[in-house]
Amino acid sequence: MTRGISRRGFLKAAGAGVAVTSLGAMGFGEVEAAIVAHVRPFKLATTVETRNTCPYCSVACGIIMYSKGDVRKGEQADIIHIEGDADHPTNRGTLCPKGAALKDFVHAPTRLKYPMVRKPGSDKFERVSWDEALNRIVRLMKDDRDANFIPKNAAGVTVNRWTSTGFLAASATTNETAWATYKVVRSMGIVGFDNQARV
Amino acid sequence: MMDSPRTAISNPPVQPMESNLTERDLVRRSATSSLPPPERQLTPVAKLIDVSKCIGCKACQSACVEWNDTDPAVGENVGYYTNPNDLTPDMFTLMRFTEWVNPETDNLEWLIRKDGCMHCADPGCLKACPAPGAIVQYSNGIVDFVHENCIGCGYCVKGCPFNIPRISKVDHKAYKCTLCSDRVAVGQGPACAKACPTKAIVFGTKEDMKKHAEERITDLKSRGYKNAGLYDPPGVNGTHVMYVLHHNDKPHIYADLPDNPHISRVVETWKGVTKYVGLAFMGLAAAGSVLHGVIGKPNRVSEEDEEHAEKLVERNGRGAG
Amino acid sequence: MTNSWTDIKNTDLVVVMGGNAAEAHPCGFKWVTEAKANRGARLIVVDPRYTRTASVSDFYAPIRQGTDIAFLSGVIKYCIDNDKVQWEYTKNFTNAAYILKEGFAFKDGLFTGYDEAKRDYDKASWDYETGDDGFAVVDMSLQHPRCVWNMLKQHVAIYTPEFVERVCGTPKDKFLKICSMIAECSSPTKTMTSMYALGWTQHSSGSQNIRTMAMLQLILGNIGVRGGGMNALRGHSNIQGLTDVGLMSNLIPGYMNIATDKEPDFKTYMTTRQFKPLRPGQTSYWQNYGKFFVSFQKAMWGDTARKENDWAYDYLPKLDVPAYDVLRMFEMMNAGQVNGYFCQGFNPILSFPNRGKITSALSKLKFLVTMDPLETETSRFWENHGEYNQVDPKSIQTEVFQLPTTCFAEEEGALVNSGRWLQWHWPGGSPPGEAKHDTWIMGQIFTRMRELYRKEGGAFPDPILNLSWDYKEPEEPDPEELARELNGRALTDLTDPTDATKIVVPAGKQVLNFSQLRDDGTTMCACWVYSGCFNEAGNNMARRDNNDPGDTGAYLNWTFAWPLNRRTLYNRASCDLNGKPWDPSRKIIEWDGAKWSGFDVPDIAPNAKPQDVGPFIMNQEGASRLFTRGLMRDGPFPVHYEPFETPVANPLNPKIRGNPTTRVFQSDVAQLGTSDEFPYAATSYRLTEHFHFWTKHNRVNAALQPEFFVEISEELAKEKGVAPGGWVRVWSKRGSVKAKAVVTKRIRPLICDGKPVHVVGIPLHWGFVGATKKGWGPNSLSPFLGDANTDTPEFKAFLVNIESTSAPGAVA
Repeated sequence: MTRGISRRGFLKAAGAGVAVTSLGAMGFGEVEAAIVAHVRPFKLATTVETRNTCPYCSVACGIIMYSKGDVRKGEQADIIHIEGDADHPTNRGTLCPKGAALKDFVHAPTRLKYPMVRKPGSDKFERVSWDEALNRIVRLMKDDRDANFIPKNAAGVTVNRWTSTGFLAASATTNETAWATYKVVRSMGIVGFDNQARV
Repeated sequence: MMDSPRTAISNPPVQPMESNLTERDLVRRSATSSLPPPERQLTPVAKLIDVSKCIGCKACQSACVEWNDTDPAVGENVGYYTNPNDLTPDMFTLMRFTEWVNPETDNLEWLIRKDGCMHCADPGCLKACPAPGAIVQYSNGIVDFVHENCIGCGYCVKGCPFNIPRISKVDHKAYKCTLCSDRVAVGQGPACAKACPTKAIVFGTKEDMKKHAEERITDLKSRGYKNAGLYDPPGVNGTHVMYVLHHNDKPHIYADLPDNPHISRVVETWKGVTKYVGLAFMGLAAAGSVLHGVIGKPNRVSEEDEEHAEKLVERNGRGAG
Repeated sequence: MTNSWTDIKNTDLVVVMGGNAAEAHPCGFKWVTEAKANRGARLIVVDPRYTRTASVSDFYAPIRQGTDIAFLSGVIKYCIDNDKVQWEYTKNFTNAAYILKEGFAFKDGLFTGYDEAKRDYDKASWDYETGDDGFAVVDMSLQHPRCVWNMLKQHVAIYTPEFVERVCGTPKDKFLKICSMIAECSSPTKTMTSMYALGWTQHSSGSQNIRTMAMLQLILGNIGVRGGGMNALRGHSNIQGLTDVGLMSNLIPGYMNIATDKEPDFKTYMTTRQFKPLRPGQTSYWQNYGKFFVSFQKAMWGDTARKENDWAYDYLPKLDVPAYDVLRMFEMMNAGQVNGYFCQGFNPILSFPNRGKITSALSKLKFLVTMDPLETETSRFWENHGEYNQVDPKSIQTEVFQLPTTCFAEEEGALVNSGRWLQWHWPGGSPPGEAKHDTWIMGQIFTRMRELYRKEGGAFPDPILNLSWDYKEPEEPDPEELARELNGRALTDLTDPTDATKIVVPAGKQVLNFSQLRDDGTTMCACWVYSGCFNEAGNNMARRDNNDPGDTGAYLNWTFAWPLNRRTLYNRASCDLNGKPWDPSRKIIEWDGAKWSGFDVPDIAPNAKPQDVGPFIMNQEGASRLFTRGLMRDGPFPVHYEPFETPVANPLNPKIRGNPTTRVFQSDVAQLGTSDEFPYAATSYRLTEHFHFWTKHNRVNAALQPEFFVEISEELAKEKGVAPGGWVRVWSKRGSVKAKAVVTKRIRPLICDGKPVHVVGIPLHWGFVGATKKGWGPNSLSPFLGDANTDTPEFKAFLVNIESTSAPGAVA
């Protein structure tokens, strides 16, 4: 049985119209193509593994991030792939369509890179240094706190609350960030404090 | 390392490894008559897709894109959950959603089937392919495309009884699921099977997968699915991607999964160049684009197409070659 | 979750109602498919839509959104009527036998004590009879007409299968089939698990939805056992942690409460927090409140918190309202009473109801600070995006700071999963550009603010100046330093209470767990429930031994679970009164005559005799509560109230609109719609391809679900002339959106009160930044009110109208 096509076969089929023309047009100059490497090189070879947890839902699947470069050695590390951790008791290596595409969150074109400010009435964001941004934010906070802090209620009870500035805390930050945030927010007397538990 | 991986549930290696899939493991090579027989027989592998466990989450699609580094376009919603709306050169696998009311129970069943290359034991794509070495089959059952050798003619699409390969408009080459040959080559299972949250997709030796399917079918029968069964179609000598279907008596209800897939007569029985001529005529509307290696939205090769092609080729001198 | 994800494999019956686990938690749902495949477990789904979870269910029944209490009360009635009750459990482990005070009653849809003007109850009558010994009076025979059991029987009597069909739209035969499947789990050797999420919480009676199922689970004996439990599937990766650490208006870490104006001093505050046992010999663990509170104050203010100043009690703010929750804050903001606002990883203009009001409120701020790894619509609320965000930047005077933060891949710390596992993770990538850790940003804000107060003085600077902040690098506390504070440590040598010569914990060392905390200022601990997570054994949250002795699904050496590494809460209830497992094949722990031990950390004192000490140790009763006394704002038993916007009148009392104790701001009353103008019952939900508004930034997820759509039935599509994939306009009293139409058999019209009710499904993942096509979310349409107890917005049941339309931007 003939599995291939020979040069001779092509010549003979010269009268067969469109199809032959198309075959010829597609460059069968060299009929037998070279033997090339068949399967893609394994792309995780020589990458660095780091264990992490998927930041989306509360199943908290174990993941392994594969990077070029090692942050633990102080190197610039670029994550090239993320996959489920087969050792993890809950997800056993599996991931959902969101978790399986986590690399695209890390490298999203809409990841933020620089502090920005949008001035009152403006129609655009402008780059600002961290120092400028933080100093301005803290100034605005302090002015508002000093002006609107409520040390005592109408009945004279000490209440020490600040209601005119509020803080929404993130749902995907760590416990450690949460605790640092709690300390800062509560020490200032903020009561308009909430998280994503309800949404 | 075992000759073929037994599971998809493992953490991949990061140390450099020799590929376990080389040209020595080929059992077929498109348009090549002089392929030496393989020096060894790898244990045949298979992916088993249990449609009854599938929740249609598309993790398989996501994992496939990420592993294969494809770049799917952001399309639009055309009224269904199936996205993109068809397989593309950048989406090798696709969940197809069908809302089906079971006439026996009057209950709605949402049939969700992961579509993609079936890795046929008797691969129509490979047999139809005129480009030497563009499609290869390994002794473990994987049918893979070697893009360096692909000429983008689209005959693989027509040769495929499942309408799977897609031609890229960017590089004019054919693309489809590789069964993650690069992972299998280092002892890992396919990315989709590893990701699948409910283990609706499992991977291992074909023998193990058939045994696992039997267990699943017993469970389904206990839940009232009396026609539950394994889809491993004999028309293509079986496949290395198989389905457990709750209604195996009617595969077509699962987004037109062929009841009895077989390789087109044009591919199977015609010889030499007439085959390619015949293929070129199948679905003549696409012939113009074949010239440019572009196939917009390939349709399944129908019986009518085959007949039409036969007539055309008869007229143009059947028997050449 | 009372149990864990991995424990679900032990169940016999999974009820998914008020959630869509396969879609929103696919990898957790794996354990449902495992239970089905390996134990022959069955899966029931009750939902207005035939969801992806339903697609793999054994039995599905439709329900009209907002009627779950009627449905579940009907199941409770069925179990009572058919003697499908785990009697030994119900009698001994719940308050079924407790006798209620004279005067408590329920009539015309209301309990005794209702004050219509305040939309609140005087709850004095919602309590037990107290005996001369000071304990609650019980009748173990359950014969007393006023015992909780008989009151409950009476309370659920109206929820007949016919009533359920009329209110819920669930066909009677389907309802009864589900009742019989659930009732089987009253056997001590069969268990059912309840998996729910925001499908139950985002209602004006959300808390009571959950309570009704909890009550059902109690009378079936399914709490504390393997494969059982009430399993809240939290929506975000660390919303459990954020709640544990108390980042809410009224919380102190570890589920303690911020004081109110009625508690002017520490002594008064503690008088309502004595938690004396209500039955002899009971644990009532909250009796330790003082230890946890004082240790928290020491964590906040160190040496400044002293006995002499009531442990710096006044350094914490007090509340004049139940909470400054987000709805209240945006109400105030819209009224011009808020000047500054921080959104750390939060996107209010897509997350909070009545988007028009949210945008208007943000426009009145003086400054807004967003901290996020990604662009958010909120940080660009002032930017005009045509129909998608129709605003005039010139008229908005808010100064907006958009601060770039790192994401998970670049940071270290612990996240708490739904099963309360604190799992540590490590950074593996370099942050892009100048993105910074949230800890750095908070450190910067704090140290700069403290500096300003040091220099300038100002309003009550003491709690800021004295805040304990002794980190190696004050400008960026290290995650391990913070984690060690969460665990707590001894501030002086802690000696054995029975032997003063024996030092239990030397000064400066980490406490072993919260059992070592004290109320005399000698210990500090930021979050008592976490104590044990990072003790002298090291960082227990980083443990990675995945062995599972007994194959129970407990994984005790994998990371750390709060409290005390316990995996299944109330696990003492898995055993009978002799301390033997109800189901020996599903043993968790066991009493050996002297102590408790087993596969999990016992949820009881190790030497507590099973006959004497009840399993619900946090409750003063030692028992669980079928009747909650005054702890819920809207009643001690659940009642079916219609959503605020409903196509059907309240069947118990047509004069009651919504939950009678839900807070409704005056400014929102006029924005509530009625069914004559808005005839269709809308609901909102997630899709599996996306996570909130994050994954629309990812090209892969954008490709998998590219464009905003709504789902309607074939019948409604026909009525409205809507083609699949065509454009529709959906509008409510509060806003209007355009979407593609998915016309589906998975939504069917329900027959409620004799007339058809059409459901409109609205997923929530689109906005105007990111990789997907631009779109809207359900929050453009939904009402600005919520659950009576928690003020969780009523996103799951509201009214809309719908019509065929042209594409956005196109001329109609």
